[in-house]
Amino acid sequence: MSLLEVKNLQVAYGGIQAVKGIDLHINQGELVTLIGANGAGKTTTLKTLVGMVKRAGGSIEYDGKDVASIAPYDFVRHGLAMVPEGRGVFPKLTVEENLHMGAFYRNDKAEILNDIERVYGLFPRLKERQKQLAGTLSGGEQQMVAMGRAMLSRPKLLLLDEPSMGLAPIIVQKIFEIIQMVAAEGVTMLLVEQNAKLALEISQRGYVMESGKITMSGNARDLLDDERVRNAYLGE
Amino acid sequence: MDIFLQQILNGLVLGSIYALIALGYTMVYGIMGLINFAHGEVVMVGAMVTITVISTLMGAGIALPGPLLVLIGLMVAIPACMLLGFTIERVAYRPLRGAPRLAPLITAIGLSIVLQQLAILIWGRNYISFPQILSHDTISIMGASITELQLIIVVLCLAIMGGLLLMVEKTKLGRAMRATSQNPAVAGLMGVNVNTVISATFMIGSGLGAIAGVMVATNYDQAHYYMGFLIGLKAFTAAVLGGIGNLAGAVAGGILLGIIESLGAGYIGGLTGGFLGSHYQDIFAFMVLILVLIFRPSGLMGEKVADRA
Repeated sequence: MSLLEVKNLQVAYGGIQAVKGIDLHINQGELVTLIGANGAGKTTTLKTLVGMVKRAGGSIEYDGKDVASIAPYDFVRHGLAMVPEGRGVFPKLTVEENLHMGAFYRNDKAEILNDIERVYGLFPRLKERQKQLAGTLSGGEQQMVAMGRAMLSRPKLLLLDEPSMGLAPIIVQKIFEIIQMVAAEGVTMLLVEQNAKLALEISQRGYVMESGKITMSGNARDLLDDERVRNAYLGE
Repeated sequence: MDIFLQQILNGLVLGSIYALIALGYTMVYGIMGLINFAHGEVVMVGAMVTITVISTLMGAGIALPGPLLVLIGLMVAIPACMLLGFTIERVAYRPLRGAPRLAPLITAIGLSIVLQQLAILIWGRNYISFPQILSHDTISIMGASITELQLIIVVLCLAIMGGLLLMVEKTKLGRAMRATSQNPAVAGLMGVNVNTVISATFMIGSGLGAIAGVMVATNYDQAHYYMGFLIGLKAFTAAVLGGIGNLAGAVAGGILLGIIESLGAGYIGGLTGGFLGSHYQDIFAFMVLILVLIFRPSGLMGEKVADRA
């Protein structure tokens, strides 16, 4: 059964039809990527999934229920977490406080501390900087904070918006390793990326979005080999 | 030297009250980027409600010790002002969220006038004197004198402000408040109900305002429907001096402003050869405001903010 089922989703953004009726689904345990050029509607799609943007039509079923009834600040309680574009760390909170914010809705103190230690285990760099303000970290480290913070909410479905944006290639490699580590922990993920090659390489399935529509979808390996994808997104 | 120490003490009393009010301005600004100019009126309402409660109790022939009466008054005024702050945000500011910045600013000024007029309807236009129930005995410190009441005011202010700073630094609500002020959209993603946090901020600030109002009324022995305007403006100055949005800055700015004003009032007569008297003390607060806005708009402890007007 799919964890997320989106049907004919439409979003209008200030008079512009940003998403024009897309279908997608994500199965439990999958890592799925949504690739496409700048302005294709990928971020809008993600924001709509977590209630930050209102949809104009279509249905979004998460865990068997339509999400329309969930208040924007309640998505995380239902296991839906998002790492926003640009990482969205709280710059004037320490690394540790940022992680605690991820567990804001939880009340199991001992477990939270446990989970924080687990995140430090995944990202030893963050442990070294736990008392440092997140705004003083490098872009890659901030991405680690954002990912770790999302994990603190114990998500069932994690949405990642352009995790590679603005990072040096070597750091991007590192971030993608981290994504794979998180996936290995059993978290289902939807990865939105402009870096199509890397995204498809680590994903099981992929969707290609162009001007608000899904134009291709399928097995990630097949998409990587597809002539049109290679021409349009892999620069070959 | 005696005058100097005396003015420092006076300034400390005045300044700790400014600081308490300044926290209300700076907390709201930190979260919403909004100057709640009606905050001074909340302070006024706090004073008025307390006096009303005390007078009513005394009129009913209930004989209680003075400090207890004030405490009872406060116990009514604090929730009353919290409710007022909550209502102000709900009715006047929430509908304007996302509106251009001028709109809530004008609303704030309008709201402050509305509240003053309401106060006239309830309490009239005249000065209302604070019942003579507290001792004004003085304590002498190295030749300068301070009343016990003033000493209590300073100690209480410092304790409350310390408690607030601890709350914001250490508790979950405090962390959520800081997160919301830095990035409300992401705070929402973390499960923070931003509306609740904003309401809580207004209520806490208004509760502090109520306490400050009572302190002003006991210190000057009177209250007036217009009292919130000047003290509100000065507390706002204190918040700007400390760096608006910065809690510790508001405390420092408030105390500093109180001391500057007192020293100014103490020496202005001598400096101008008696041309200007101590009732010109108000000019110092606003001179400070002007100087800060010219030379250090981000305040003493604030960081640089990009133009958001």
